[in-house]
Amino acid sequence: MELLLLLTLPIAGAAVLGLIGADRRAPEINALFSLGTLLAACALVVRVIRHGDLLLGEEQFFIDPFNVFLVALTAFVGLTTALFSRPYMRVELEHGRLSSGRLRLYHSMYQLFMFTMLLALTTNNMGLMWVAMEGATLSTVLLVTLYRTPGSLEAGWKYFILCGVGIAQALFGTILLYVAAEKVLGAQGMTALLWTHLDAVKAQLEPTVLTLAFVFLLIGYGTKVGLVPLHSWLPDAHAEGPTPISAVLSGLLLNVALYAVVRSKVLVEGSLHSELPSMMLMGFGLLSVVLASLLLWRQRDIKRLFAYSSIEHMGIATFAFGMGGPIANFAALLHMTVHSLTKSSIFFTAGHAAQKTGTQLMEHIRGLITLSPTVGWGLMLGSLAILGVPPFGVFTSEFLILTTAMRTQPWATPILLAALAVAFAAIFSKVQPMVFGETSGRRLPHPPALLPVFAHLAIVLLLGLYIPPYLADWYRAAAHLIGGP
Amino acid sequence: MTHLSLYQQLLDACAALLLLLSFAMLSQRRVVTLVNLYAVQGAVLAAATLLLAWRTGEGHLYLSAALTLALKVAFLPWLLHRLIRRLEVYWDTEPLLNVSGTMLAGLVIVVFAFALAQPITRLTSTATRSAIGIAVSVVLLAFLMMITRRKAMSQVVGFLSMENGVFFGAMSASYGMPMVVELGVALDVLVAVLVLGVFFFQIRERFESLDLHHLESLKEHE
Repeated sequence: MELLLLLTLPIAGAAVLGLIGADRRAPEINALFSLGTLLAACALVVRVIRHGDLLLGEEQFFIDPFNVFLVALTAFVGLTTALFSRPYMRVELEHGRLSSGRLRLYHSMYQLFMFTMLLALTTNNMGLMWVAMEGATLSTVLLVTLYRTPGSLEAGWKYFILCGVGIAQALFGTILLYVAAEKVLGAQGMTALLWTHLDAVKAQLEPTVLTLAFVFLLIGYGTKVGLVPLHSWLPDAHAEGPTPISAVLSGLLLNVALYAVVRSKVLVEGSLHSELPSMMLMGFGLLSVVLASLLLWRQRDIKRLFAYSSIEHMGIATFAFGMGGPIANFAALLHMTVHSLTKSSIFFTAGHAAQKTGTQLMEHIRGLITLSPTVGWGLMLGSLAILGVPPFGVFTSEFLILTTAMRTQPWATPILLAALAVAFAAIFSKVQPMVFGETSGRRLPHPPALLPVFAHLAIVLLLGLYIPPYLADWYRAAAHLIGGP
Repeated sequence: MTHLSLYQQLLDACAALLLLLSFAMLSQRRVVTLVNLYAVQGAVLAAATLLLAWRTGEGHLYLSAALTLALKVAFLPWLLHRLIRRLEVYWDTEPLLNVSGTMLAGLVIVVFAFALAQPITRLTSTATRSAIGIAVSVVLLAFLMMITRRKAMSQVVGFLSMENGVFFGAMSASYGMPMVVELGVALDVLVAVLVLGVFFFQIRERFESLDLHHLESLKEHE
């Protein structure tokens, strides 16, 4: 029931918002549907806490601790982003960057995008997961090109082609998985692609074929995670699309893609009994962290800067999943949560800053603290949080990852530390003048409503100081499920 | 020398045709012909699926053959032709690599694909397992085509051809995927082409051309 609501509400929302079109109240309706989705997600969480794992809809849907927390996170950020986009997109409309027809497309696709992500998270069928992931790309391509500027069209094209090609590799990987599973589970019906069934027989799956399958799946879904060297769509799509979309792409879609990679890894590792999947994840993760932190220096556009920071953080989480084991997995899950909350709040403030100053170029954004203290402090605190300054949650997760790395993969620790230091210097040196620099602009009459930003940052702060026991149990259960050496 | 049944020979012929068509696409610069080749590739794919359905008696393969016929032979080529006429893009410019170079690269790719397909072929017991190498080749050749072309339309045909290869791989390795998944994939492909149609008009409205070199301004440091 909860699941049905969770999946039908966004679809209904997409239909309603598509139909009513340019209605003045469309942003409120958008937020209302997102609120409904969040309530359904909460109900689902309560049910999983009470009754444990759920298998629903003829085994097509599977809810366990690993995906239920991502469902809750997705629905939550979905709601706050809808709330943020209400005034933000109205201003964009007034500035004439959009027509009301495009706003209709925006709202409708926003809900559809939520649906595809929730479907990808809750489905038990690896094939359906693929379909949902591709759906997520398709529903956001036209959102990236919403402003129809040359830059946004280029970004949209790159996004479509790169993710399209990537996802075709993932489909091939899924087929290989099916081929291997069919040997064991038999061809009758659909069970050969159901994750729970695959998980039960993973020790018997043919290792060579599974290795190949994993390579294809990692390349496919890894493109969406933004792992270097498959990342080149990500900064463009984040910088050129409207800010709420940058926030959900960075905060949610990357998580969902990483979720798909980790699900595949669990299966393959069980079959291979070797270090290969772990090594691959660690390699890609480390490469992403290092390259992204170096590229941070060269950025001049505020949204591109934080897009590269997303690549870096996804790299950290991927690396942690690669190390495996209870603590690293726990830290990676925590990192996914806090990164998602922090990064979306940063995009909210960055969007406001760009809107107020009329540019995304960082050299022209100065003195935000004078223009609007809420935006200034929001950006400063958000940046400090994402850079891993204690007591924010990112510090906790990065600390856990680093200490685990020291124990199990000592060679990687200096590289990680150096990259984090470089990223710190790069981001801080760019954010500081934007917030505290000299400006000739005058203070804005109305402070922008940035409740979502501070709500996110408060949660991140809370997670850094104290993780509620039920949440810790969740993470632990999920970490156990993901396993690893 | 083992004797192959007529059915087996027909299937192998289909597989060989698919590979040939991939090479033809790789060398073709006229966009209209490219779309036609894609339609023929779809038809061959549908024929192979039908043969397999008839041989194995699996009901869902008939459905999937019908789906292929409707989508990849009729609807998508029609849509692409319409787009070509409305956008007036008939020729692709000189590819980044000349034709003979591309062909040579294609040959290397086929050898590589067969090597890659070895372990999968060993695992499967389907009658069509010899075709898996061809399926992988089709995927990789389509990939090569996407890399070497400049026009958006050719890249899209490459993308669709890649999907054909993946589909053929699924069929020859395991007699197709479960129906729900196949339907979902078909839906995604359909939506992808529709989205692209919209997208092309946006690109042309902005640049008055579908040449992708306009889309190369987003670089790291400007």
